[in-house]
Amino acid sequence: MQTLRRHDRYRKFKSAGMSVLTVVCALIVVLPLGLVLAHLVREGIGAINWAFVTQLPKPVGEVGGGMANAIVGTFTLLGIAMTVGAPVGLLGGIYLSEYGAERLNVWIRFGADILNGVPSIVWGMAAYALVVVPMKGFSAWSGGLALGFIMIPLVLRTTEEVLVLVPNAYREAALALGLPRWKIVTHIVLRTGLTGVVTGVLLALGRVAGETAPLLFTAFGNRFWSHHLSEPIAALPLQIFTYAISPYDDWHRQAWAGALVLVFLAFLFSTGVRLFFADRKKSPAS
Amino acid sequence: MTSSTAVAGASRLRLVPPSRFADRAFYGITLLSALAVAALFILVAWLLYRGAHLSIAKFGWNFLVTSKWDPVSEEFGAWPFIYGTVVSSLIALLIAVPLSIGAAIFLTDLAPLRLRQPLVSLIEMLAAVPSVIWGLWGVFVMVPWLRDHAFPLLKEYLGFLPLFQGPIYGVSMLAGGIVIAIMILPIVTSISREILRAVPDLQREAAYALGATRWEVTRIAVLSYARRGLLGAVVLGLGRAVGETMAVTMVIGNRPEVAKSLFAPGYTLASVIANEFTEATTDIYLNALFELGLVLMGVTILVNFLAFVLIRTTETPGSRRA
Repeated sequence: MQTLRRHDRYRKFKSAGMSVLTVVCALIVVLPLGLVLAHLVREGIGAINWAFVTQLPKPVGEVGGGMANAIVGTFTLLGIAMTVGAPVGLLGGIYLSEYGAERLNVWIRFGADILNGVPSIVWGMAAYALVVVPMKGFSAWSGGLALGFIMIPLVLRTTEEVLVLVPNAYREAALALGLPRWKIVTHIVLRTGLTGVVTGVLLALGRVAGETAPLLFTAFGNRFWSHHLSEPIAALPLQIFTYAISPYDDWHRQAWAGALVLVFLAFLFSTGVRLFFADRKKSPAS
Repeated sequence: MTSSTAVAGASRLRLVPPSRFADRAFYGITLLSALAVAALFILVAWLLYRGAHLSIAKFGWNFLVTSKWDPVSEEFGAWPFIYGTVVSSLIALLIAVPLSIGAAIFLTDLAPLRLRQPLVSLIEMLAAVPSVIWGLWGVFVMVPWLRDHAFPLLKEYLGFLPLFQGPIYGVSMLAGGIVIAIMILPIVTSISREILRAVPDLQREAAYALGATRWEVTRIAVLSYARRGLLGAVVLGLGRAVGETMAVTMVIGNRPEVAKSLFAPGYTLASVIANEFTEATTDIYLNALFELGLVLMGVTILVNFLAFVLIRTTETPGSRRA
């Protein structure tokens, strides 16, 4: 009896110990986020000023200058990526949710998941072989295309996940009114799921906004303004990378500032958008 | 009689849509877009293969096991990079997996309800931090700290192992592994959480009814039930680890050597491509880099396929999918 009770005490003790351990695990998992954000703000906030967002990089040795071209370049690349990735992903997602036969769907979903796992640098190589080599030069087109490729499977999966949540009764009601399928999809199903679909596209944009590897040998980077999309173009992540591995203190300082801007953009796309739409979803309109 | 069929015929006429062309066209466009996934897959594989054909023809399978990487004499072997990728990914898994699964257990079974959503949001934010920023932080904060504090301690207490011997540079295989670990934490945690949430509550209730303590419930009823799925989450983390590029490139030291010590610099498949692609001056050099890309893609596809199979088979009906 005595030993049994002691054993029970041990079991309870072990359980409590394990619970504490999981708490510690959770804390350690979120710890790097705190560390990196703290450093970003501490190192970066001082280097962000009006010049940083409006000026071009200064030549080596001169203090000051900014990353205006990189910020604009990132948005340009995102624009091209969205033009490539969003329509294909969206329409593919519509196929999966509205038309697809289950057998084919399984394979397409599987293919999209596999593509999601392909390292981003491989997409850069593909865009290099597909665009840079024939055009004989690095360009905004190739960088945007690489990012667009990455977006396709992301957008496809989120679109499908959102659209299957639209109640079938809506589709049936529209069919009963004699609407053609394409109108049902575009006017009723898509509109009902619009916030979700837009969130999915923005999440994918946020994900590719920080990508560096696929841009190394496609967009390539540029210390000046790009006047044409067939020229090399600067991008924030590229600029941060170049500055971080450079030996100059002033460039390091600017790398932190650029990183702060980039993280802000990435969070804006991912968390910010989600919070915004989460609030709207509660309203009775949708 | 005749009048009623006439009415039926008329109404049927009116019900037929004016044209089915738009419907068919729309269907066709969506089908094409969905098939674009398969097309993209074939396109990438073909582009990489075409880019690598010279190297494949010249080195054959030996490419994978040769250690020499010498652009000057045009001899290329991928072994140091394959070794670096495998070792850094394994270090990352060793660090990240216990932490992620622990955190996932906390999030599904232990955390107060009010705390769960904020924690999940934090983990999502962690996932949203771009790779290059981890690299920046790694270079300026983590590596100096490891060099000055953590590595000397490791060397002092575990120095009898060949893993922790030799000079300390800071940039090293171990630093690379740690950065990868940080970067795969969010994905392994969130997938593990999904898997644990899919364990039916009935499992837990049955274990409690037998008088199990909280930890025993987790161990007997939850973890053993979710074993396959958790393994899938780990394998998926491995897939991500293998493909990590920027952050690793910035902290791993970039030296194509097979060294026993984890303090020595290493090199991975992804980082050699990132570093040398724009510098490749000869055709065969570029081809060799393309072949590295092909290897990288092949490995990640295999790993992801495995993860997919493992995760799929744990999804059972009757689980709570809230």
